[in-house]
Amino acid sequence: MSLSRRALIKSGVAVGGGLAVAVWLTTERGKGTSELFAPNAYVRIPAKGPIRVVVGRVEMGQGTATATAMLLAEELEVAVESLELELAGADRAYDNPTLGFQLTGGSTSTMTSWEPVRQAGATARELLKEAAARRWGVKRSELTAKLGVVTHPPTNRSAAYGELVADAVDVTIHTPDLKAPKDFSVIGKPLPRVDAVEKTNGRAVFGLDVQVPGALVAVLARCPVPGGSVKSIDDAAAKAMAGVKHVVRVPQGVAVVAQTYWHARQAANALVVEWDFGPLATFESATLRDTHRSLMQDASKRSRVRDDGKADDVLKAAEKTLSAEYFAPFLAHAPLEPQNATAHVTASRCEVWAPTQGPGLAREVAARITGLPLEQVVIHQTMVGGGFGRRIGQDFVAEAVEVSKAVAAPVKVVWSREDDMRHSFYRPSATHALTAALEGGEVKAWRHHVCTQSVLLQVLDSFVGGVMPQVPAQVKQKAAEVAKKVVPGRDYTSYEGADSVAYAVPNLAVDFTRHEPLVPTGFWRSVGHSHTAFATESFIDECAWALGKDPVALRRELLSKKPKHLAALERVVEASGWSTPPAEGRARGVAVHESFGSVVAAVVEVSAADDTIRVHRVVMAVDCGQVVNPDVVRAQLEGGAIFGLSAALKQQVTFKEGRVQQSNFHDFAPLRLNESPRIETHVLSSDASPTGIGEPGVPVMAPAVANAVYALTKKRLRTLPLALSEAT
Amino acid sequence: MISFTLNGQKTDVDVPPEMPLLWVLRDVLHLTGTKFGCGMALCGACTVHLEGSALRSCITPVSAVEGKAVTTIEGLAPRESPHPCQRAWVELSVPQCGYCQSGQLMSAAALLASKSEPTDDDIDAAMSGNLCRCGTYPRIRDAIHRAAVLAKGGRP
Repeated sequence: MSLSRRALIKSGVAVGGGLAVAVWLTTERGKGTSELFAPNAYVRIPAKGPIRVVVGRVEMGQGTATATAMLLAEELEVAVESLELELAGADRAYDNPTLGFQLTGGSTSTMTSWEPVRQAGATARELLKEAAARRWGVKRSELTAKLGVVTHPPTNRSAAYGELVADAVDVTIHTPDLKAPKDFSVIGKPLPRVDAVEKTNGRAVFGLDVQVPGALVAVLARCPVPGGSVKSIDDAAAKAMAGVKHVVRVPQGVAVVAQTYWHARQAANALVVEWDFGPLATFESATLRDTHRSLMQDASKRSRVRDDGKADDVLKAAEKTLSAEYFAPFLAHAPLEPQNATAHVTASRCEVWAPTQGPGLAREVAARITGLPLEQVVIHQTMVGGGFGRRIGQDFVAEAVEVSKAVAAPVKVVWSREDDMRHSFYRPSATHALTAALEGGEVKAWRHHVCTQSVLLQVLDSFVGGVMPQVPAQVKQKAAEVAKKVVPGRDYTSYEGADSVAYAVPNLAVDFTRHEPLVPTGFWRSVGHSHTAFATESFIDECAWALGKDPVALRRELLSKKPKHLAALERVVEASGWSTPPAEGRARGVAVHESFGSVVAAVVEVSAADDTIRVHRVVMAVDCGQVVNPDVVRAQLEGGAIFGLSAALKQQVTFKEGRVQQSNFHDFAPLRLNESPRIETHVLSSDASPTGIGEPGVPVMAPAVANAVYALTKKRLRTLPLALSEAT
Repeated sequence: MISFTLNGQKTDVDVPPEMPLLWVLRDVLHLTGTKFGCGMALCGACTVHLEGSALRSCITPVSAVEGKAVTTIEGLAPRESPHPCQRAWVELSVPQCGYCQSGQLMSAAALLASKSEPTDDDIDAAMSGNLCRCGTYPRIRDAIHRAAVLAKGGRP
């Protein structure tokens, strides 16, 4: 038996390192039972019935179920539409290799599935072929596999995969090669989404739709100031109301447990709770910008996170400098499915059904609360009604487990929209100060100073628990304490995108000052890029106007050694008709930004009337490496654009006396259909490994619109959300 | 006891008359295709048909549908022959997370029932009450135009 190419490559590397035994690690064995062939984490082939693809990343709209099914089908040689979906629960087999625990985020799903899922398909296919080869007494190399059937053409024998299951569980092969891209028949095709039918007939099961027999519904009263706690409660009226079964105190507040959501909500409204508002009680977001400004004056609080050339010296000596300050508010994710989870805790077992982005984190949280070992905690993953980073926090899971434990019954915790708006993990507010030296028609120096809150700081406990769920609680706590000292000062999520600005400016410095107002913060679609790109892409535009150059022309000059950026830029310049004048009363703005490994460029066309900015047209181009499904990529760009425009034009979360002022979709409004622009997307072809697509469409929107508004009105808007009434 | 016709079936529920139709559907009848998004008729995720017209079930007391015909996404069309909107939605891969799409489809189906060839302005007017946080609006617009063709027996 000859070694496969991969085995040879591995052995070559291994021999170079002096460890030739590594070759034997590339052997694959059949696994499962005579009824169900389960050779690896991603495929389940029953003796009878449809083959299942196990979706190891959470499907929250970004299309990972479709991508996973396509990657598997490509190598398994089955029709994509024949596959059934199984959503993976908590299992370390699905740990995200970029993080070390099971989480879907950071636009990593395709990049982390690209190799392992294809490998899983190829391995299963070859094991089935080997089983057929033995059964028929022929060579595996004489067999073909197509559409779920193994065939031996010389003798015209064939067997469906299901028929080979009983034999396949006993065979062993070397890890097979993967197809060369030129042989792809599935990857790269704009196939329909695999979850579209169940999402159009009401049958898709989201967290809120889970039906556990005997489950009660719980609504929580939480302190209106995040981080506060219960001082005292008067629950007499609530307890007396129809349908109410229990009123219990839990660490998160007071839970009213009833027959239905409506009964629970009515009773929760009748609770009288006195709160200890905690440390955020005096927090006012209105003064945050001034606080940032004064902190940024304090050199001792500053970390320099990028330092090319001599930016400080050049700026000091420069005859002409340009300075600008930008501001971004707190933001909520507001996914359309309110937070919820169902839990059933007994003495020996805890089951959780949840629309979480981190099933592994959910399991760790549930184990911690119940004191049960991990193997006695089962997480059932549901479809997720929008994630955008909100469901990386497992607060809703913790609540369901606490309440179920307290009342000894299965319980579904359901949040209202108001709960979701007021108890989120917000995108931090940020202030950006930028200065450039403009001499000889060029940007000679660039200094960018970011002041914002750490995101990582607040998720460290959870992430440390995710990486090492088995270790004792004290060890986790110690690890988290150490991490908290090290991480926040250089929390890259605070300045990512600012430190990686692509422009070839010889003297370039980026500084970070952390401000910690204790607002609960989290990962919001595109994270740091969501505000850094607003600053960098607005400021480069300001530089262009100040130098008397076309905004595209200056970008071209400064990106001449960045082929991906340049290609995306040129595509939108051409497709948008940048060099031709727009319609009367309209103007165009451009932005280009790299995030999550992908470059997105956008040109937007706006008008302004009666103090309202209207975006009419968006042209976008992306280079995200090898594309698995171009239609899913387009959908993510379209969705990213509308998500970004909603924030750019309409959204902010403000705090008064520690309380979030917004409550529902009237005062935290996403764009509506009638406000949405025409969106044209261009997917640049590439055979590099896949990079992110769920988030990179978002960051370019705010600066592109601000740049277009400037071109139209000569007013430079530097505060989000963009408002024509802002003084400049 | 409150009686109404639900997806063609006579249905009786023993609930307080002020209980919103949404929660009767979801928590009493366990018909979960109709979604809860805001509770204030701001997002349209809870849209059903009352006598063929789009209705926000989250603010409609169940007593208001007494004796009337309610249709939810589960009853929009038989599974084996989907509604033209459902076919168009699948064909154009409209859903992302999918949570709002029951409501989007019910609003779109009501629009098509009253206007067989809706213009972009008609679509703006009928669909602006349905939020989609994933941003599927451009595809929803295209899918409604496509559904109008499919409904007339256009190439499937």
